[in-house]
Amino acid sequence: MRMTPVLTRLAWRYLWRNHRRTIIMLSAIAVGSWAMIFMTALTRGMVDQMIADGISALPGHVQVHDPEFLDDPSVVNRITIPDDEFARRFDDAGIKAWASRVRVPAVVTSERESRGVTLLGIDPAAEREFSFVSYEDVEGRFLESPEDNGVVIGRKLADKLDTEVGKRIVLMSQDPDNEIADRGFRVVGLFEASMPTFEESFVFVGKATAQRMLRIGNATTEVVFLGDDYRDVDPTYQLVAERVDDGLDVKRWYEIDTYLGTMLRVMDGFVLIWVIVIFLALSFGLVNTLVMAVFERVREIGLMLALGMKPSNILAQIIIESMLLLAVGLAIGNVLAVATIQPLQDGIDISVVAEGMEMMGASSVLYPKLYLNDVVLANIVVLMLGFFASLSPAWRASRYEPVEAITKVG
Amino acid sequence: MSSVRCVDLCKTYRQGDQDVKALDHVSIEIDEGGFVCLVAPSGGGKTTLLNAIGGLDIPDSGEVWIADQRIDEMSKGELADLRLANIGFVFQAYNLIPVLTAQENVEFVMQVQGVAAAERREKSLAILDEVGLEGLETRRPAEMSGGQQQRVAVARAIVSRPALVLADEPTANLDSKTSDELMELFTELNRHHNTTFVIATHDQRVMRYAKRIVRMLDGRIVEDLEQDAA
Repeated sequence: MRMTPVLTRLAWRYLWRNHRRTIIMLSAIAVGSWAMIFMTALTRGMVDQMIADGISALPGHVQVHDPEFLDDPSVVNRITIPDDEFARRFDDAGIKAWASRVRVPAVVTSERESRGVTLLGIDPAAEREFSFVSYEDVEGRFLESPEDNGVVIGRKLADKLDTEVGKRIVLMSQDPDNEIADRGFRVVGLFEASMPTFEESFVFVGKATAQRMLRIGNATTEVVFLGDDYRDVDPTYQLVAERVDDGLDVKRWYEIDTYLGTMLRVMDGFVLIWVIVIFLALSFGLVNTLVMAVFERVREIGLMLALGMKPSNILAQIIIESMLLLAVGLAIGNVLAVATIQPLQDGIDISVVAEGMEMMGASSVLYPKLYLNDVVLANIVVLMLGFFASLSPAWRASRYEPVEAITKVG
Repeated sequence: MSSVRCVDLCKTYRQGDQDVKALDHVSIEIDEGGFVCLVAPSGGGKTTLLNAIGGLDIPDSGEVWIADQRIDEMSKGELADLRLANIGFVFQAYNLIPVLTAQENVEFVMQVQGVAAAERREKSLAILDEVGLEGLETRRPAEMSGGQQQRVAVARAIVSRPALVLADEPTANLDSKTSDELMELFTELNRHHNTTFVIATHDQRVMRYAKRIVRMLDGRIVEDLEQDAA
């Protein structure tokens, strides 16, 4: 520790002895670390958006179903516990929001076309927290109550069905006895969604209206719960599981949408691999810089050893030099990353590749997400790998024999 | 009591296809407070002997003792500690650390020794003044002449009052006036602090200050004379 100030001073001065080389290396480290953080932020933003969209496609954070429902999503596998009972158990339980709904596959028919859709019978007030639809932006109007007799469909579905607000369509599904259950609805609203698929897939009707159509009394097929953070759903899951002990199936969102769950885990690994790959490219320049820096001061290293500096001090000096180089480069890279990500918080329009993004479940606007954890990870990994990369030139420098080093011809 | 004792030192270098005997069964004792000049033509073995005494070079055979410690069997770390605590070096060239100022170069050894900052500053300024470099404390080696650089190196070698100073051609880059001033300084340290000096030189002016002249040829001591110093 006693030697740290003198070693740091020497390392810093030597770093700037060949300032052109140092600036080039600093630029490479800064651009590399900027690329690490920026690309990570873009990818995180994309995955976050995919998950947010996925969750807003109505799973919530935790869901309760009949145990058979996910394999056979029909009203045969319904939840018979009434809403009053759920309200008694969850209204003061610390859950951010909950809603019950009727969700079944159905066929929608206009006078020209038929389409397979997911019929959602909802309570509009309870569903607001979960829905990907902005009620206020609906053309026409959104549903006003569970008793509403209208239907709200997506704009793309309306185009496919060649229908519009004010026209009538027919929804058809099956009742608990596997008999046809159908009913005519007037289109009261058209919604738009960030994911075109949503506009084609979902059809909203009042929950009570759906229950009457499907002849299921006050039963539902799905109860959804919202926690504070989709990355940490276990507290919500525990709370729901404790209060739903009726043989019903309680699942986290990533157990329902395994693709999204896997995507989230893969992303953590991807960030690490991305950081390591960029560092490997940087490490060639770093090692080369250190080797050159050592090579051009062999005699001075010999002098220091002759004056009584220990080989371990020479080793430490070269490593400190490398760490200073990396730290300054990383600091510049971090500032650059924040400065370039911040102005993009309103989103990057990538609609030119919207179809491809949609296939991945992502929307056509990308919102970069800068997480402190990712920045810290990138910095720590680079410093750690930089430490190991600088060991070899530092070790070589510390092994010089003083008399040979001093008399070395430059 | 002897400060330095070398017993039957041999050192052979490989130069191209030939083996060159740099030290050929050299034995010498230098008492504490000695002022010895090693005089030899180029390749005569004086620098090799100086390096062996300073623990910078390990002889092929023989023994090197500094005070009561045998140093030719010490590890690198032990040798570094010994040099740091007991020996001041003045080399012929490449003497200074180019990224440090004159004052920082002088402070360097004290800093490695762990001397407090205030004491380092006080001693380094005083010694720079003593070697005639007052006002040049903040200059880096590239901003000083060869003679000024050599004086900084001498200041660094003696600032922490080592028991033994080894100097290889210390006046090689100095004019006669500065050489005399430097040798006066060495003589004063030798007299008042009993510092032992071993100086490898060709310079007749330096030899005048020595109490003892050891002449070497082809790696062997051929003459060892006491004399009255100037």
